[in-house]
Amino acid sequence: MSAFWIAVIGSSALAFAVKMLGASVPESVLSHPRILRINNFIPIALLTALVAVNTFADKVELVIDNRALGMAAAILLLIAKAPFPVVVLGAALTSALGYRYL
Amino acid sequence: MSVKRDSLSVSITVGAYGSAFGAAAVAADFSVLQACLLSLLLFSGASQFAVVGVIAAGGTPINAIATSTLLGTRNGLYGLRLAPILKLRGFKRIVAAQITIDESTGVALAQNNESDMRKGFWYTGFGVYLFWNLFTLAGALGAQAIGNPSAWGLDAAVPAAFLGLLWPRLSDRKSWVLAGFAIVLALTLTPLVPAGIPIISCTLLAVIIGWRK
Repeated sequence: MSAFWIAVIGSSALAFAVKMLGASVPESVLSHPRILRINNFIPIALLTALVAVNTFADKVELVIDNRALGMAAAILLLIAKAPFPVVVLGAALTSALGYRYL
Repeated sequence: MSVKRDSLSVSITVGAYGSAFGAAAVAADFSVLQACLLSLLLFSGASQFAVVGVIAAGGTPINAIATSTLLGTRNGLYGLRLAPILKLRGFKRIVAAQITIDESTGVALAQNNESDMRKGFWYTGFGVYLFWNLFTLAGALGAQAIGNPSAWGLDAAVPAAFLGLLWPRLSDRKSWVLAGFAIVLALTLTPLVPAGIPIISCTLLAVIIGWRK
């Protein structure tokens, strides 16, 4: 089985397991304040790392290319309170222009 | 009937992001079928983008699964919160679990009474599921049709989507500090360890920052 299929099936199965667990166990089990705080921070840590790596990494090398230009546009659009689709499209368009002309 | 209106507007706007996911997945060499299965089966935006993002960065499938699952833990906590309100049993519990995501939980918890909460949850959950999957297919087919993803900026659409999901969560100083450390740690590790590891390592930072009040 290819890496893609393993990733698709494995992540889907575990995502459902987590959702099902939440819908099935009594609330008191996992509602310790520390668990709630850490759970709140996990998406911030992982999403930030994903932004950084998907912008600046080319396999195991660090590079600055057209993607960085796209991200600069995304940041400006977010500061200007643009809606999500505009942010993604703006980043893509800027990156595409960079890819063509840099 | 404002619950219905809230649910519908959330469903369509959020569902439309599905096209960004479908396009990003195909740009990262997933097939159209695989992109659609992720939306049908995994059905949690950030986790789906994580699968695509980790594989696109050259990470192993195990790494993609681990990162995606950690991002999905919050859905489990939403379920804990909602289960007593939704009064779930049998098959209904399975369906409710699958559509327990940021949006269905958000609309449900924004209502004033339990009856509206249940409506908000089911309408939004089903609505986002429908539109998210339709738009995923559209985005995946679109990306497949256009060829070289870099020429269309799709390689920047993935980190931009992550940034769009991250931005509203950066609400206090601790979050910004955590984000700063995560950038430094992830980029420092990138040349040193196999792809994918730099991303998941940042979970440690969340544990350290969340440990004490």
